[in-house]
Amino acid sequence: MDRYYPRSRKLAPMVAMAAAAALTLAGCSSSSGGKQAEEGGENASAGKANTPRMTVALVTHQSAGDTFWDIVRKGAEAAAAKDNVKLIYSNDPNAGNQANLVQNAIDQKVDGIAITLAKPDAMKDVVSKAKAKGIPVVGLNSGVSEWQKLGLMEFFGQDETVAGEALGKRLNEAGAKKAVCVIQEQGNIGLEQRCAGVKKTFEGDVENLNVNGTDMPSVKSTITAKLKTDSDIDYVVALGAPYALTAAQSVDEAGSKAKVATFDLNNQLTGAIKKGDIEFAVDQQPYLQGYLAIDSLWLYKNNGNYMGGGEAPVLTGPAFVDKTNVETIDKFAAKGTR
Amino acid sequence: MTQQAEPAVTSPPAPGPSKESDGRTQQRPLALRLLARPEVGVFLGAVAVLIFFLITAPAVRDGSSMANILYQSSTIGIMALPVALLMIGGEFDLSSGVAVITSALTASMTAYQLSMNVWVGVIVALIVSLAIGLFNGWLLVKTGLPSFLVTLGTFLILQGVNLAVTKLITDNVATDDISNMDGFDQAKAVFASSFDVGGVQVKVTVVWWLAFAALATWVLLRTKYGNWIFAVGGNQGSARAVGVPVTFTKISLFMLVGFGAWFVGMHQLFSFNTVQSGEGVGQELIYIAAAVIGGCLLTGGAGSAIGPVFGAFMFGMVQQGIVYAGWNPDWFKAFLGVMLLGAVLINLWVQRTATRR
Repeated sequence: MDRYYPRSRKLAPMVAMAAAAALTLAGCSSSSGGKQAEEGGENASAGKANTPRMTVALVTHQSAGDTFWDIVRKGAEAAAAKDNVKLIYSNDPNAGNQANLVQNAIDQKVDGIAITLAKPDAMKDVVSKAKAKGIPVVGLNSGVSEWQKLGLMEFFGQDETVAGEALGKRLNEAGAKKAVCVIQEQGNIGLEQRCAGVKKTFEGDVENLNVNGTDMPSVKSTITAKLKTDSDIDYVVALGAPYALTAAQSVDEAGSKAKVATFDLNNQLTGAIKKGDIEFAVDQQPYLQGYLAIDSLWLYKNNGNYMGGGEAPVLTGPAFVDKTNVETIDKFAAKGTR
Repeated sequence: MTQQAEPAVTSPPAPGPSKESDGRTQQRPLALRLLARPEVGVFLGAVAVLIFFLITAPAVRDGSSMANILYQSSTIGIMALPVALLMIGGEFDLSSGVAVITSALTASMTAYQLSMNVWVGVIVALIVSLAIGLFNGWLLVKTGLPSFLVTLGTFLILQGVNLAVTKLITDNVATDDISNMDGFDQAKAVFASSFDVGGVQVKVTVVWWLAFAALATWVLLRTKYGNWIFAVGGNQGSARAVGVPVTFTKISLFMLVGFGAWFVGMHQLFSFNTVQSGEGVGQELIYIAAAVIGGCLLTGGAGSAIGPVFGAFMFGMVQQGIVYAGWNPDWFKAFLGVMLLGAVLINLWVQRTATRR
């Protein structure tokens, strides 16, 4: 085999030069922004329970690197820390794999399981297995119409259709005539339900638009394209915070008069609402979903309670965030918990 | 005009237009010779798609719509170029999609966490991106494993590292906003600005894309390095036998892909201010598709730098054209697939017709 590396020796000085250049530049630190300018904030904390240590598994259908699910997980971690709970978090967007992860939790003999029901049918078997072993199971986030059928104890989340309907009503109040609903993941039931909800209550026209959510430049130009073909569009409805921020850029670029509304929050979005780039957001409070799911299992084990009495879901949304209340929410969003 | 350069080592003597020809080496008609070139098929395919949408989607006829289509094409096209060169060199890179995000995350987090001028982050990201390419190429050459395995490994590593390191450092799965930091405006001017051409806002990435394409074409056809690329892709053994530095060529091609990932990553960072760590997955296939549609063989040794430009344009055209045409969005991906297959078939048919006889 050839062992001839004529150029690799020349590489070392090049790397050294680049490193030296970087170090020279290191002299010029940024006078604004950056970590130094970040304001510190404590996490929500309310002491710690002295109940015996228990183990709870949270198994979601999160796909990697999604800001929304990160907030759910932070809520769950806060509750776990407070309740003296050992939290086992796992996730997989593939329904079969998610079911395997639940089986894994059962095998670990956890004291409670919290799951999302993005694809309820795939979870049926493992849920009944958990129940057979006497492990309480609660649901969160998705599956508001299915949790009872599967025999889950409680459910924490937002009815996506109801949330969509609330947004549709809000558009009516704003006097909108024509909206476009931007779906960043084609075929995701929750996202489709949101747009369907908007369609139900909105008195104007609403059209769906699919974009490629893993490629932001593509999201931007697709929304721009849509706005250019139809100058009557006066509202863009995004279904996630990062997409809303991109949609605001598209509106700018297309020279459109459209305003942007969205579902879900993150820390950049609250800033954009303050500035007026985004009109309002429907917040389903993911932190609360994660927190309540874990806290409820603790309550059940230590006091036999169940929220909603096993009959009704506990709704965590839709809560509106707009210019009137963004100030109070902003400081929590900055920590990445709202 | 560009043409498919013959591998330096294996090229037969060119059939020159000799006067005492016995017919076997006779020049074929100019039109057929033109059609036999790899980029002509895709050029015709792109023109067909363009005409199709000009007819079915009136909004496409607007100048600003075309600027938007070109922007979409450029973000694919800038990466499709080094990916195409790598494919001509006989390898491909599955990690290129997430490598873009790795680069953007690195730049953003370096600048933000150390509160440095953003250019520091940009340079560190360049070093990291080139290092990823170096690692891919070095491992491939060192082990002799197929590039599918090596880059599948880096793809998974980068995907995990993107998420885990971002979470570890920022405590979130997206980076912080760096738009108010020193140097941001300059960097934005370089990577993500736009300028006015006759009342139409054109993105600077379009200019970079075409400039890179011109440079790549020149390198491929007029330099020794270009010959090496064809040689290692055509027949590695004989290339080595005649003294082509195979190791250097392969490693440098992977580093070129790293450079492309850095450039596109910087564009994303400076046009969107923050980066989500889960993005980029699946993009590598789009880059490869643009290169293949552009006439680069999956087996290496043939292709051009101008072909992928049309390949990327076709992608951008179809993706945005469907929206301009206002078709039912449920069919979006299916439309995309059908249009692309159609374009590839036109491409194939043109080449077959041209090379027959």
